[in-house]
Amino acid sequence: MNAPTTPPPVKTEFDVVGTTPIRKDGEEKVTGAALFGDDIHLPGMLHGAMLRSPHPHARIVSIDTSKAAALKGVRTVITGADMPTLSSTVVAAGEGGEVNMQDIADNCIARDKVFYDGHVVAAVAADNKHIAEAACALIEVEYELLEPVLNVHDAVAEGAPVLHEDYTPGAFLFPTQKALPNAGRLFMEHGDVDATFDACDHVVEREFTTKSVHQGYIEPHVTTAVWTGEDTLTIHTSTQGGFAIRDFMASFMNMPMSKIKVVPMEIGGGFGGKDVVYLDSLAAVMAKRTGRPVKIFMSRSEVLRGTGPSPETYIKVKIGCNNEGQLLAADLYLLFEAGAYPGGPIAPGTMCALTRYNIPNVRLDGYDVFLNKPKMKPYRAPGATQANFAAESAIADLAEMAGIDPIQFRLTNALKPGDMMPMGFPCPPLGSIEMLNAIKNHPHYTAPLEGENRGRGISYAFWFGAGLASCAEIRCNTDGTINLTTGSADLSGTRTTLGMQAAEELGVDNDLITTNVGDTDSVGYTFQSVGSRTTFATGIAVISACRKLVEEMKKRAAMEWEVEGSEVDYASGVFTLKSDSSKTLSFGEICGKADHTGGPLIADASEFPEGVGFQIAANIVDVEVDVETGKVDILRYSTLQDVGKAVHPDFVEGQMQGGTVQGIGWALNEEYFYDEKGTLRNPTLLDYRMPTSLDVPNIDCTILETPNPGHPYGVRGVGEVPIVPPPAAIRDAIKNAIGVSLNDLPMKPGNVLKAIWEQKGK
Amino acid sequence: MSKVHVTTTVNGDEVEFLAEPRQSLLEVLRDELKLTGTKEGCNDGNCGACSVVFDGTLVASCCVLGVEADGKKVETVEGMATPDALHPLQQAFLEETGMQCGICTPGFLISSKELLKSKPNPSEEEIRFWLANNLCRCTGYDKIVKAVQKAAAVMEEA
Repeated sequence: MNAPTTPPPVKTEFDVVGTTPIRKDGEEKVTGAALFGDDIHLPGMLHGAMLRSPHPHARIVSIDTSKAAALKGVRTVITGADMPTLSSTVVAAGEGGEVNMQDIADNCIARDKVFYDGHVVAAVAADNKHIAEAACALIEVEYELLEPVLNVHDAVAEGAPVLHEDYTPGAFLFPTQKALPNAGRLFMEHGDVDATFDACDHVVEREFTTKSVHQGYIEPHVTTAVWTGEDTLTIHTSTQGGFAIRDFMASFMNMPMSKIKVVPMEIGGGFGGKDVVYLDSLAAVMAKRTGRPVKIFMSRSEVLRGTGPSPETYIKVKIGCNNEGQLLAADLYLLFEAGAYPGGPIAPGTMCALTRYNIPNVRLDGYDVFLNKPKMKPYRAPGATQANFAAESAIADLAEMAGIDPIQFRLTNALKPGDMMPMGFPCPPLGSIEMLNAIKNHPHYTAPLEGENRGRGISYAFWFGAGLASCAEIRCNTDGTINLTTGSADLSGTRTTLGMQAAEELGVDNDLITTNVGDTDSVGYTFQSVGSRTTFATGIAVISACRKLVEEMKKRAAMEWEVEGSEVDYASGVFTLKSDSSKTLSFGEICGKADHTGGPLIADASEFPEGVGFQIAANIVDVEVDVETGKVDILRYSTLQDVGKAVHPDFVEGQMQGGTVQGIGWALNEEYFYDEKGTLRNPTLLDYRMPTSLDVPNIDCTILETPNPGHPYGVRGVGEVPIVPPPAAIRDAIKNAIGVSLNDLPMKPGNVLKAIWEQKGK
Repeated sequence: MSKVHVTTTVNGDEVEFLAEPRQSLLEVLRDELKLTGTKEGCNDGNCGACSVVFDGTLVASCCVLGVEADGKKVETVEGMATPDALHPLQQAFLEETGMQCGICTPGFLISSKELLKSKPNPSEEEIRFWLANNLCRCTGYDKIVKAVQKAAAVMEEA
């Protein structure tokens, strides 16, 4: 992670940014016309289905596909043995880490061993989905069962069954090191932690656990592969990043990147779960074998068994302060499930657990633990929600022990701009003090709360966000309208927020701009829509392209006036001759003259922004606990977030509300339930229960704007941090309601009752 | 598997199709009639993305067989707007940002339309109770609830 460099000044007066136009892709979405991944029907298209392992850990002895292949309507059957051999397995990842592409390929379809309940062992393409499913049931697989490893403690214990004889340690955001047979490790320490604890007036030690939760996008994974020539592949898919799919596929298929075109369809939710290949390689191989397009659409139980989730965790926290409430030392031991293969979100979880506070002596010891569950995926601020639940809850308990007001305690210790960060550079502009004061002054926080078994809680959270590569291309038409193409998948309205930034920068009417998500042949490489990066990083690319366009258009105006480009000014859609302000040409007029002034007007930009603005958020929540049943009801909920500059405030509120409700689900009732054999027992949306409209109240939003100097308009990423604070805030509220500490997620009725009985007696 | 000839009415138009008895109404709408506005989220009646009106009753079309549509009337999201104007609910979902990714939106629109038919002026609690049939993972529901309230007000005025 690089230190931010000194940026140019940030714009503060806006015409378009900060308004709330109706989204440009909206009408298609309310009429049903929008084409999502499953809405494509190609001529001659076959439908795929997969056979998945019922065992969490087994060696594949043999697979007999003959009966399946003989079924009428079946066109091909494949197993792991039919997949291409990778020419290069270990590739560089950021910050000096490496990613083993073979792991990701094997996660799509097992070769020798299956590593989790739901691991694909064979796939079929047939005339329709029913035939493909029937054929899967005819495939005979002989397994040699192996002892499964089902929790992090067993996995790191000496003598545990080993999943991988050798492994490339995970490198999600930051590399881990080879440490144990079933775990990579991330260790960081500064100061003298152990000696400082002896000098602390108050020390809290707690153990926390969280359960796996799924990203829960309503659209299952889907892809359609079609070969448009012997060596040219097109993939129509629902993904957070077309280029990522293209590059994975080039590796899996041993093909040049230029020969694969990925067409991103409308995407029905991602939250970190749709940025990797699950189906594309299976569809491509079966399409090649049959000479026909192949679509594969996962069932919901396949989504829950085979994709996602965010890891189950165990986190031990020891943290101490003096009588003045100054944090002096912290020691965190974190076991995060990686699932079947290395590369879970241990690094971001570990690294942002305490970053929002200044603590002079810190030890962070995190493990990326391999066990027989699906390969864990990022989920909205990956790793941060689990780590925040543990660290923020321990800090709440410590403030209580020290007898200090919880907000004052946080104000005393809050990371402020200019404070040295653990990453080795001073904290850039951040509205941390403003946010903590905003909680204190919030009408929700100051309102009385009365009634038995009711309590109010707060929490405070931090997340990094991402910069990374983005491209944008802008093209003017002769009628003065503009087409803007970027490589960023639009999960929630970013076509609109990117178009708004173009309209702002060009000083033209927002309605003149049509924004498009480009396929991988039509625009430059753009990293996935992850890390809250699209409006921020792709926005910077859009603004850069606009600035280049204006320079080119000044030259065109100068041509008309027979002067140099430097003699022309531009503002609010009008080009003016500096020496004679009566001479003007509108943006539209220059567009109309393009053919006579040098050809079509286009500009593009490629950016890799470093100045990521950190995200912070806080929650205030009132709950009522039914002490007979253990059920927790949310009475009132407020969330606060520093967004830098809200490009579209309604969309920003939507991110805040949506993330908060996901965090509430994580806190109160969502969990993966594996039985002792390692079988997922709740792979339906009836049993894996996400919040409904009836479960939650309105989420009140307070938007704070501390400009991020790393973006010309001060924009920070918005999407991820809202999910982080709810579990700790709700735990705090429950504790204040009934005097019982919940240290295990979810805080479902059973766990609440158990805690009441343990801490207060039956 | 031999197919059954089905005659039905979809969004006011009489249509015919051949369906295998095992095909759901959802499948038939999407794959045979190419009305892909109705979405599959779970295929077991728990998410509401495939909501349609079936002879006046709100149903999950994944839990109805295609052959059951014979002689019935089906209403889908494609039938909500006229050529001249969006339905007030569609307009309100746009104005109130009652969507993010949009995959659940057709189901919410159909479900809300049926709510307003029986309760033209629902309270927030009644809206939240009714829409608990439909899962949305993006919005946190507040803006959807507000959109339904706005549409109810617009429709009452009209």
